[in-house]
Amino acid sequence: MFSFNDLITGKRRRSRSRVFTLYFAVNSPCFLYSAVWCVVANVKPGDLIRVITSGGLVVEGVVLPSTEFTSEKHIVLKLSSGYNVGVSLENAIVEVIAEDYLKLGALEGSQGVTVIKGKGELRMAFVSTGGTIVSKVEYETGAVKPALSASDLVEFVPELRELAEEIVVSDFMRKLSENMTPEDWSRISEEVGKYLRSGADGVIVAHGTDTMAYTAAALAFSLRNLGNPVVLVGAQRSSDRPSTDASYNLKACPVIVKEAPFAEVVVAMHGSSDDIYVLAHRGVRVRKMHSSRRDAFQSVNDLPLAKVYVRERRLEVINRNYLPRTRSSEVLLMNKFSSKVALLKHYPGIDCEIIDYLVDKGYKGVVIEGTGLGHIREECIDGIRRAIEEGVIVAMSTQTIFGRVDLDVYTTGRKLLKAGVVPVDDMLPEVAFVKLSWLLGNYHGEEPAKIGSRLTTNLVNEIGGTQSLSVFPRWYHGD
Amino acid sequence: MEINYRSLGLRVGLEIHQQLDTKSKLFCSCPAKLAPEDSRYHEVVRSLWLSKSELGELDPAAVYEIARGRKIVYRVPEGHACLVELDEEPPHDINREALLISLSIAKALNAKPVDEIYVMRKIVVDGSNTAGFQRTAIIALGGYVEDEEGVVGIQTIALEEDAARKVAEGLDYVVYNLDRLGIPLIEISTAPDIRTPEQALRVAYKIGLIMRLSGRVKRGIGTIRQDLNISIEKGERIEVKGVEKLELIPKVITYEVVRQLSLLSIRDELLKRGLKPSDVSESFVDVTEVMKSCGSKMVRTNIEKGLRVYALSLPGFKGILGKEVCPGRRFGTELSDYAKAWGGVGGIIHSDELPAYGISEQDLDAIYRHLSLSRDKDAFILVISDYEKAERAFKAIVERLRYAFVGVPRETRGANPDGTTRYLRPQPGAARMYPETDIRPIRVDSMLLKEVEGLVIPKPEDVYRTLIEEHGLSRDLASQLIRDPILHLYLDLVEELRGVTSPQIIATTIVVHMKSLKREGVDVDKVGYSELAKILSAVGRGELAKEAIPEAIRAVASGTSLEDFLKSFKAMSMEEIEKVVEDVITSNIEYIRAKGLDKSVSLVMGKVMSIVRGRADGALVSTIVKKKLQSLFAERE
Repeated sequence: MFSFNDLITGKRRRSRSRVFTLYFAVNSPCFLYSAVWCVVANVKPGDLIRVITSGGLVVEGVVLPSTEFTSEKHIVLKLSSGYNVGVSLENAIVEVIAEDYLKLGALEGSQGVTVIKGKGELRMAFVSTGGTIVSKVEYETGAVKPALSASDLVEFVPELRELAEEIVVSDFMRKLSENMTPEDWSRISEEVGKYLRSGADGVIVAHGTDTMAYTAAALAFSLRNLGNPVVLVGAQRSSDRPSTDASYNLKACPVIVKEAPFAEVVVAMHGSSDDIYVLAHRGVRVRKMHSSRRDAFQSVNDLPLAKVYVRERRLEVINRNYLPRTRSSEVLLMNKFSSKVALLKHYPGIDCEIIDYLVDKGYKGVVIEGTGLGHIREECIDGIRRAIEEGVIVAMSTQTIFGRVDLDVYTTGRKLLKAGVVPVDDMLPEVAFVKLSWLLGNYHGEEPAKIGSRLTTNLVNEIGGTQSLSVFPRWYHGD
Repeated sequence: MEINYRSLGLRVGLEIHQQLDTKSKLFCSCPAKLAPEDSRYHEVVRSLWLSKSELGELDPAAVYEIARGRKIVYRVPEGHACLVELDEEPPHDINREALLISLSIAKALNAKPVDEIYVMRKIVVDGSNTAGFQRTAIIALGGYVEDEEGVVGIQTIALEEDAARKVAEGLDYVVYNLDRLGIPLIEISTAPDIRTPEQALRVAYKIGLIMRLSGRVKRGIGTIRQDLNISIEKGERIEVKGVEKLELIPKVITYEVVRQLSLLSIRDELLKRGLKPSDVSESFVDVTEVMKSCGSKMVRTNIEKGLRVYALSLPGFKGILGKEVCPGRRFGTELSDYAKAWGGVGGIIHSDELPAYGISEQDLDAIYRHLSLSRDKDAFILVISDYEKAERAFKAIVERLRYAFVGVPRETRGANPDGTTRYLRPQPGAARMYPETDIRPIRVDSMLLKEVEGLVIPKPEDVYRTLIEEHGLSRDLASQLIRDPILHLYLDLVEELRGVTSPQIIATTIVVHMKSLKREGVDVDKVGYSELAKILSAVGRGELAKEAIPEAIRAVASGTSLEDFLKSFKAMSMEEIEKVVEDVITSNIEYIRAKGLDKSVSLVMGKVMSIVRGRADGALVSTIVKKKLQSLFAERE
């Protein structure tokens, strides 16, 4: 239970006693009003109070809990109109009209696993890991909590019920995606693998968008011999608002599970700013390319696998190069990830000792996001050579995002090759990072050279292929 | 009908929305002005999704809008909307200019600023806000406006973003332009302290005047909107949205009181007839076969198009649907609004308005017979549509009819241009508001307040002084103006015609001429702001004599363009006037000689003016007449 003192953080005692002192001063309004007005003790969230501030403001409302933004000596009140206002309690007169007028903090989703029966034919699992898509606002306070349970979410997408015979809803994690670790990829893979092995036609994974592409790649590598699609889905606008993209993106998921001819890990997000179609991107070729737009996710160096027209519940394959669906449930789980891999972005004047530091710290792999065709300042080559000699795998990707690396063109590149750097062709830096973590986790004890060759060997269409003119986005040039 | 508002317990609250004249929008740096009509734009198609409200209950207003399931198209004019308006980027910090202006208006209305401003999200799911909510924040509380019938409290003053502009609409889609979305608005809500329609007008005018005197609010059509909350003791509190003209306020209130009284008398009549809500059955029947060969071409065409005619029987309801609830609107019209809004049908046909629309006595008999109803006692309602729409329409009609036994339903209504209102939607519950978590609370600190001190809004008394001292108006004219909403028009014209036309001419035109022409029955409402400005500017530039102003207004009111009027009524040149004066003197020479100089002036003046009125300035004519007469008499001596 909160107390009034908890609301005014910091110098609590002093400010409270000052309030009291002034109340009983000769000129205080305390002498004008009844004694009730002067009792401030134990005003707590949920109480209905009336405040007359020293500035003459008269406000009646329900006390809300403090947030990270609430300043000292201020209290937030919810008025009967629904508005919140902040009032200063300094030298204010406070009257408690009703204690516990509003029950707060009751927002809790159900946790664990729920099974929902539908009237369709699909068997699906819905694994919620957290993120905006399952975040819900507490309307009184505005506090955002990952409390919207997965079953709530299914309630909001009635199509899930129509298309599915059974949906196993697993409220598995409540993590914002910036807090995801390779350890979490392991756990999610295991959970997803569990449902696939028990015969699910597909698994939907709700995930925060910031690192969703990393998790997608992790799942793509760790779920070997995939026979059905795994769909990661997220939202750029929280699901408490009517304009959320959560519902639309989510509605596309059962369509993918039902219609997809491919058995790949895909990311299902808005294709444009419109609510017209959702794209199913190959999990190892997708990248979050915008901080806030609905269509932030785009495929890089590749075409998305399919367009999903949500209203029409239609899936249109736009990339014929996919791993075909076998509907096999014999998924092989290889879900170990090394946490000793670093992703290092080159910048002008980079301190080459960073590489030494990584080696000294016991890192087994470093993916460099080099410049252009795959370069890093020449001064660093000695350190890189030393790292490789000590058994560290050093891979080279490019920070241009689009295009391949090629270490044969310039001297620096050739020197890097000679030192033993592994160029990763057109693999995204993040994907190379995940793949190297996965290789080092599952092929523990193999020769670095062997791991290096595995890194550049295509597994799930993450590397290689031809680059057509049209996969590079056409930017707006004012015409 | 003479209405005693006080004994009916009339209570009116005003909600006034006014666009602020800021450089940029409230939560982004796009310009706070509408895009030119020929702007290049992109289009984005969206739909909205219903979220559970804070109590886990569904908000009726939200359900209503979502149930309509319309596709929303946003037009994004280049340079007038960015990712923020598109709900593709979080809002930026609140516009400080808007904050300062609204706080200074709050101060002028004697309100107290809150200590910390919290921006809220108010759920609006008609699509007019891309996010599905409007951002709004209370900035001050507890002010008042003085009025001769008593002080009227100001409950809240909020700063909020304007909604997108609806540009097109169909049954299953709506198109909005995003240029208006995000323009800062101040919303001033009074307490329900207003007791008469006239008081409502005065208070609305006074608040409007204070805002305009800040010099920082936008002017022109659509920049100010008035909403009214109207209730009478035995009725219900009704929200009326979108009264665009101040002058319409008393009419809207009067009509709403009449409507509520009529609904109460309909209730009494239903109870007197011994009817019960359960007598209104939800089942309706297909009467297409009966109507196939009816006299109405409209009905037959629709049947040919594949639509069906459905009928709802209302035993014992004869005469109820035909009862007028306010001028030109029957109870049946109210039901029709429900059918349109909830069913998406074109409207209804009810038995109390028949025979009409080509439906004959015989047709009417046939329907009554088919429904086994009595023409003397019973009523029915027809809907022409497909089954699904008819079902929704009848469901809404039945619910509304059952409520007729209770009294006045709580509704949000829209104002029509004639002062009547129409049903829009049910009133939203209190669950529509929650905090905007993307914006930190804003401290109203001493620094901010000091800046507000710097923005002093002149008081209405100061304007009175300006009218007299700077504009040179008579006390009489000035005090007439200051009490009248027409002052806004005057000030706009003075501003626009600065250095062209004198304020006295402008004041006389709108206070004296417009009013007397209106009394004569001239439809002066047809002479809009721009026509008036053109007429007055023609006077200022010497193209039209000020005596011709009433004639010009009369002509424009009757549909003549000002250009045509000016052509036919061109101001006379000096030579032409002299010629007329000479002619008049010549033809009256005997009389003039007999009477002498002084006594002749008025005669000549009168005769000349009757010829040149409107085409020549009186003062100029007088000078010429005097000069000519003087020289005539000088010749003789």
